Amino acid sequence: MIKSIGAILKGMWTTFKSMFEGPVTVQYPEEKRPVRTRFKGRHELKRYDNGLEKCIGCSLCAAACPADAIFVEASENSDEKRFSPGERYASTYEINMLRCIFCGYCEDACPTEAIVLGDNYELSFTDRAQSIYTREKLLDPVPPGGKPTPQKVQPGLYDRSIPVMENPKD
Amino acid sequence: MTDSVMQATQQKLVNVIIDNVEIAVPEGTLVVDAAKRAGIDIPVFCYHPKMEPVGMCRMCLVEIGRPERSRDTGELITNEDGSPKINFGPKLETGCTIPVSEGMVVVGYTDKVSEAREEVLEFLLTSHPLDCPICDKGGECPLQNLTMAFGPGKSRFIYDEKIDLAKHVPLGEQIFLDRERCIQCARCTRFQDIIADDPVIGFSERGRRLEIVTFSDPGFDSYWSGNTTDICPVGALTTADFRFGARPWELQQSASICNQCSVGCNTTLNTRREAKAGGRNVVKRVMPRQNEMVNEIWLCDKGRFAYHYTEAEHRISQPLVRKGDELVPATWDEALALVAQNFKKASGKFASLSGGRLSNEDFFHIEQLTNKLKGKALLDSAMAGGDMTAQVGVGAGTNLADLGAGDVIFVIASDLEEEAPLFWLRVKQAAERGATLIVASPRRTKLHRAASRVIEYEYGQEAAVIQAMLDSVSPKRPDQGQAVKDLLRQEDVKAAAEEVFNAGNLVVFYGSDGTDYAASKALAAAVANLLIATGHTGRANSGLIAVWDKGNAQGAWDAGLRPSEDLGADLAELKALYIVGSDPAADYPKLKETLDAAEFVVVQELILTETAKQADVVLPAQAFTEREGSFTNAERRVQRYYPAVPAVGRSRADFAITAQIAEQLGLELEMALPARAFANLAAQWPAYAGVTYAKLAEVHEQWPIIGREDVYYGGTTYDNSQGLGVQLPSGAERGESPALSFEPPAEAAAIKGLKAVPVTVLYDRGVTVVTADVINNRLAHPQVVLSPADADKLGLEMGATAKLTLNETTSSVVAYIDNSLTKGTALVPRSLGIPIHGPTEAKVEAAR
Repeated sequence: MIKSIGAILKGMWTTFKSMFEGPVTVQYPEEKRPVRTRFKGRHELKRYDNGLEKCIGCSLCAAACPADAIFVEASENSDEKRFSPGERYASTYEINMLRCIFCGYCEDACPTEAIVLGDNYELSFTDRAQSIYTREKLLDPVPPGGKPTPQKVQPGLYDRSIPVMENPKD
Repeated sequence: MTDSVMQATQQKLVNVIIDNVEIAVPEGTLVVDAAKRAGIDIPVFCYHPKMEPVGMCRMCLVEIGRPERSRDTGELITNEDGSPKINFGPKLETGCTIPVSEGMVVVGYTDKVSEAREEVLEFLLTSHPLDCPICDKGGECPLQNLTMAFGPGKSRFIYDEKIDLAKHVPLGEQIFLDRERCIQCARCTRFQDIIADDPVIGFSERGRRLEIVTFSDPGFDSYWSGNTTDICPVGALTTADFRFGARPWELQQSASICNQCSVGCNTTLNTRREAKAGGRNVVKRVMPRQNEMVNEIWLCDKGRFAYHYTEAEHRISQPLVRKGDELVPATWDEALALVAQNFKKASGKFASLSGGRLSNEDFFHIEQLTNKLKGKALLDSAMAGGDMTAQVGVGAGTNLADLGAGDVIFVIASDLEEEAPLFWLRVKQAAERGATLIVASPRRTKLHRAASRVIEYEYGQEAAVIQAMLDSVSPKRPDQGQAVKDLLRQEDVKAAAEEVFNAGNLVVFYGSDGTDYAASKALAAAVANLLIATGHTGRANSGLIAVWDKGNAQGAWDAGLRPSEDLGADLAELKALYIVGSDPAADYPKLKETLDAAEFVVVQELILTETAKQADVVLPAQAFTEREGSFTNAERRVQRYYPAVPAVGRSRADFAITAQIAEQLGLELEMALPARAFANLAAQWPAYAGVTYAKLAEVHEQWPIIGREDVYYGGTTYDNSQGLGVQLPSGAERGESPALSFEPPAEAAAIKGLKAVPVTVLYDRGVTVVTADVINNRLAHPQVVLSPADADKLGLEMGATAKLTLNETTSSVVAYIDNSLTKGTALVPRSLGIPIHGPTEAKVEAAR
């Protein structure tokens, strides 16, 4: 008998304590909670500092994708119209966000760290065609000091597709 | 398999043990080939089973042991358990250069071998850029696969010390070289030197600075250049046509048959859905498909690059019906009803004219429809003799690769490489194996390099050459023409006749070099007669091959279609004309009025040709990439092709359109399934009896093994799982006695002045070629080829612009000079926009 009264008091104490705590809910969308470091949100196609696209159109992300959500078509760069370093760039790059399962395999497969799953989780569509994110939508804005693509560049400057990279430190 | 091994297949077998697998292989087989046959992979880069080994790359190092023999007695020394004592060499040996010997033991899995492979790969990769993600070979790359399988995983070399070399070096418009990727295996240069006999690329410099250079102008000037990209074990050579087109694993495969010439090379069409093409499925590249009886593993550049015409923007996508001066779109029902109604009225005054690139099913239906309407079924071709090849053609089971010493190949009136490249390749290889190659031609062609005997004659004497050969052996004919008498003075004619009569096997090729229909008819009868007289009919590896001017001309002949001897007369005063896959208005400008005069003209085509523009009804047909069907090649091998991409617009297959017209005329033909149409045809054509689509799709194991996971070994040519086709038996084999009459060739009307004769060039300007951008710069210009004496007289230099007048039509042409031509003769290639159909008088002037 006494034991059960003690249990009730213990439970009430928890209730009492929580009366003085702040609310856990946030007023989304006015207020947004930050995402975790390794959060996997909407994909972004990265650029180098000079504005050239990191994506070389190799299609390895599409090959790695278990949901067959990515479609890539490549074309050839020239020094007159350069999109990315090296000979090849993605002239078509599409991700079907309805198919994507945000597993991040594309990120792992990318040889140039061009595709990164970003922080944006706000994906909603009113028709299916909107779920196809094209290259233009996915590309990051040109960084300050960089130039938009296609660029006209000095011949012979960007003849390597894949930069020398370090192992991730994170 | 190299040629020497080919011959060895008849020889005795040698027992060897490779990685504990016992196998008996023919004497002379190389260790790597023997291993491949046993299902064991010895990695190679420079070795290719179609070429002699060089042992340059050292990738095939293995431990080889041989049974030890006593020095005194020569007996095998045995171990205690009675097994022969095997003596392994102190060093590793290259499996690609060493032929097997009795009792040999090959081991490829020891640490010593693994280390050697790792080291070889580490060296090969010292300066390899490892840019696999952007390399067109990535995914089907021997270097990639072998590195994954046998590589060290890590390199001791410093990344920054890699040498940077040029990555985009065009070796001509078709082929690009990436210098960094090259591993210097020399497969490409050896292919060009030995197999293609176009030594236009080679090594320059040494060591790491070594590069492939081209020393022809224009660069990489060869009809075979695309094959080097198939056998390149890395991504050093890639085609401009496919450049960055897709990754290999994204491509779908459809088996097809090339119909650009009468060889009928087996191909695989690689397709992919493409955003650039508006989301359609498109052909991304044409790859050879192995058929050791037809094209082996090769494909000429025309077959590889010229397919683009099927995706031309101006393809007709719906039926068009003439309303006044204009062709306006109509529904199929309207168009077919209109056609049927007019055809019905035209019974008796009807003709069909078909091009030679249609399928057997199409020809069958066209012939049936024409027959129903009591019309003439005409074939647009300038060659005769399809009845002869059906009678005394090469027998079933013929393989040019089986011809060798003791056999004779006789080629007359054909510039074989220009007319049918793969025939040239295989005939040349037969000559290298020891077959006697007799070439009869009025001028020098590339085939002459391989010839063991050359007969020269004047254009127009083609049949006379054969008559002279027959007469030199049995001089019975009293009515010898002057030409025959002249030719009989040539020692080579007599010697050639001797060789032909004593040949083990005899294959005769005749082409259309300088001949019109009449000359072709006489020539075909003459060569058929020669084969019968020498007893070389009715069996495999002997008989006649017509080097047709059109891909499926043999099928058309088998269907009963015949070329017209006088097209103008045949097409005159018709009530209805049915033109399928042919463009007479462009080819015969003089026929324009005849076509205008025909009351009702129906054109069934891919694009709006000159003839179609004049037609009353235009029906959109499907290209060979969009439908199913069968072709019969010049060796009378029936082969099947499959659809690869969806049809353009509302186009339909030719056989179906014809059947739909026929239906309204009360003639029942198969409208949906080509397999059933073929079954109907096989029931009617004697030679096709028993052949079915299922039979055409049968395959058997072929050597060398290529494609699949074996790309490192034979290249990226596709293996054949969709059918090797069926070679038809000749009439002689089926017991028919050939009904031949040998008429002495009619003396052609003498031509005063300069005599122009039609010849064939591979890269012509026909509708099936011009839309291919990659070879556009290589297409022949409208030209006239003159003898040095005539050029001199006319004041023309090589490459000068001239005015050529033939039959009152004047064209602006480029003048070329051929030293082997006799004075008074000029060559005018067909399908370059100059209307020439037979020998005719030419006027050439220097253009002012």
